[in-house]
Amino acid sequence: MADTYLGLVNTPLPGKLARTLGLPRPAVLRRYTPGDPLVPGPVLVLGSGPGADTLAEALLGWDQDVRRHLRPEEKLGAVVVALDAVSRPEDLGAPLLELGPAVRALLPGGRVVSLGRPAEEAADPATAAARQGVDGAVRSVAKELRAGATANGIVLLDGAAADSPGALGALRFLLSGRSAYVDGQFLRVSAMPEPEEPAGAGAPLAGRTAVVTGAARGIGAKIAEVLHRDGAKVVVVDVPAAGEQLAAVANRVGGTALQVDITASDAAARILDHVKERHGTLDIFVHNAGITRDKLLANMDPARWNAVIAVNISSQLRINDELLASPVFSPEGRIISLASTSGIAGNRGQSNYAASKAGVIGMVRATAAAFAGSGRTINAVAPGFIETDMTAKMPMLTREAARRLSSLQQGGQPVDVAETIAFLASGPAGGINGQVIRVCGQNLVGA
Amino acid sequence: MSNQPGAGAGTTTVRNAVVIGGNRIPFARSGGAYAHSSNKDMLIAALDGLVARFGLQGERVGEVAAGAVLKHSRDFNLTREAVLGSALSAHTPAYDLQQACATGLETVVGLANKIKLGQIDSGIAGGVDSASDAPIVVSEGLRRVLLDLSRARTPKQKLAAVSRLRPRDLAPNAPTTGEPRTGLSMGEHQALTTAAWGITREAQDELAYSSHANLAAAYERGFFEDLMTPYRGLTRDANLRADTSLEKLAKLKPVFGAGLDTPATMTAGNSTPLTDGAAVVLLGSEDYARANNLPMLANVVDAEAAAVDFVNGQEGLLMAPVYAMPRLLQRNGLHFDDFDFFEIHEAFASTVLSSIAAWESEEFCRTRLGLDGALGKINRSKLNVNGSSLAAGHPFAATGGRIVASLAKALAEKGSGRGLISVCAAGGQGVVAILEAR
Repeated sequence: MADTYLGLVNTPLPGKLARTLGLPRPAVLRRYTPGDPLVPGPVLVLGSGPGADTLAEALLGWDQDVRRHLRPEEKLGAVVVALDAVSRPEDLGAPLLELGPAVRALLPGGRVVSLGRPAEEAADPATAAARQGVDGAVRSVAKELRAGATANGIVLLDGAAADSPGALGALRFLLSGRSAYVDGQFLRVSAMPEPEEPAGAGAPLAGRTAVVTGAARGIGAKIAEVLHRDGAKVVVVDVPAAGEQLAAVANRVGGTALQVDITASDAAARILDHVKERHGTLDIFVHNAGITRDKLLANMDPARWNAVIAVNISSQLRINDELLASPVFSPEGRIISLASTSGIAGNRGQSNYAASKAGVIGMVRATAAAFAGSGRTINAVAPGFIETDMTAKMPMLTREAARRLSSLQQGGQPVDVAETIAFLASGPAGGINGQVIRVCGQNLVGA
Repeated sequence: MSNQPGAGAGTTTVRNAVVIGGNRIPFARSGGAYAHSSNKDMLIAALDGLVARFGLQGERVGEVAAGAVLKHSRDFNLTREAVLGSALSAHTPAYDLQQACATGLETVVGLANKIKLGQIDSGIAGGVDSASDAPIVVSEGLRRVLLDLSRARTPKQKLAAVSRLRPRDLAPNAPTTGEPRTGLSMGEHQALTTAAWGITREAQDELAYSSHANLAAAYERGFFEDLMTPYRGLTRDANLRADTSLEKLAKLKPVFGAGLDTPATMTAGNSTPLTDGAAVVLLGSEDYARANNLPMLANVVDAEAAAVDFVNGQEGLLMAPVYAMPRLLQRNGLHFDDFDFFEIHEAFASTVLSSIAAWESEEFCRTRLGLDGALGKINRSKLNVNGSSLAAGHPFAATGGRIVASLAKALAEKGSGRGLISVCAAGGQGVVAILEAR
């Protein structure tokens, strides 16, 4: 459903009225189209540690206009603030106070990206406090930014270098239009080998084969489109009853349609047989298929409860078991599973759905532990309020409130979820494993 | 995808033509889910589903052949127009073919032969029919007046043309399935054959019951998940009655053969209803299938057509396959015992039963087919094992594609053996064909 208010507030007169009345003023987000510049203006790099120099060099290598100090009257495309060397809370002041005026100079759709290290890896409490402090500061900046700008962070795990391929891949993603609806989030990145496709390649998924379940419409169809745009061969899967729309998606993305009910006992075998016959190897598996059967728990019946568990989590567990046992699944394989902010924060009327989606998060973390160091990764993407057929059915007032409850003051688009999934499927995301990435515009729910 | 270079026309060796897969839309009852869909719409839907299943987007397929029995004059280039509306490359050539209800099977035969000869590497065969969106023709009187009017130059000539118009000329000619030379409907023709062979009501109802039970079971085990793409909200053949019973079938009133001396036995339950739908089959050479990582379900081995003189009453309208069968078997050195599946199109239950009775009759086979004795018995447990037209419905030109794709999949599932197809057609014609597992 179109966000009428967002359209209206971005025209001159109503926009002025909204400003005068102090009403929310959601911006048209800067989204990615191939060929776009990485950021809309110069990139300011703040911070004094080694990370700042390293990232400044990397940005220069990407032909970006890099500044080390704010110039008067100059507008900025992004600010990168390196806080990877902080060891006491007092270390945060100087760089963050310099970030303040820089934020004012951000162009619409600008980006703030912090670089830090995990508090839990710190040996002494003061370092842990400083590192954890980054978390609170960046999330607050994200809430202060306007005009479609976002603030996110990169956390370097296990002593990973600032210029490790995983960190640079994450930086590129967060700076780009691909992360338009990712806000107030931290990408935790481990060291990884140099990927075959360097960050920023035109077709980062060229030569890969991807399976997307629930691909006949909505977010699933968009995932298939974005994976195809990024160069992957896509096998789209959905229940036989959705075959007509599924065929249309397959024909749009030059892929193949496979009519399979993922809850069937032979679902994984049929998917793997198809991929083996047509493509040989399976590189990317996106568990997108999901259903809702909402009822307050007091009114819940076994049919509703069981259907949601069967589709949203049990099928994923069974398919993953068979993927891992199959030689068709690549040694560098990626699994990306759709969670939900309901699975993080709970949601009234969705105890079954939230249980299944929280289950996805549990599954992802446990599987990630087994994948560690293997070359394979598994991650979850948790969408917040996304404009789909499903959310269009919400009562009008609830929908309006849900849209404005995020820092970006609007719902996300299916493409926003798809972009994050495509990033996690790409070579440079090989250092991200077992994470739950929220695509929610920094929604207040479960934040 | 790449097209492998062909063996080259003019080569003397013949290569295999294989069935790679198929796609159809669920068949709808006339006036049902596809009441407002044209033949072109449905053929495009069937093609697009096939393209999606096998990833043929933008591919130049060797040739597409399809047809429709009930065809509008505007659809003179139906198949090519459907290709242009589909996700296939616009560089894919296409032609229309029409052999009444044998249209679909004959397109398979024609394209398989081209593949065998190396003229093409891949092809899509099929057919479509809409009894809902049937052409309605203006009366002969009105048509002549309109044509004369278009040629008239002076007001006087125009007036003269129009003045010939009579009120009765304004009534359109409704579409009919009647035979032009006898005026009898297909059902009335079959009623004559049914009576001649003494086919009982019970036997016909039993065959109809099996057709529904077998089709329902095939759906149940997911047999059609890679043979069918839903269309316009329909996900199963609308004619299927999974819960039908011999008792229910026995209650139906006969609709054909009421004027004969013998009791009328043919009902709406043991005759196919008017149906809308489309079906297509992807064929290719072995090299084409291998080069594109496509499955090979079955080989198209051979086919034979026959025709009978039903006009002068020497043979039943739908008995031509009975004549084609011994010629096909003889040429391939095969007997009924050599087959694991029999797909005999159920135009009417009694068509199937009359054919089987004829092949089992020593006298008939001697006198009419010129054989030494009966052609043989068909093991009924191998007959139409995944249902046939009585349950699925029969959109005339689409039936051949439905049968070929389903039989090829059944052979691939079994992993060995042969299947025999028999399709009767209006005009006293029939086509039979052999598929072989790989």
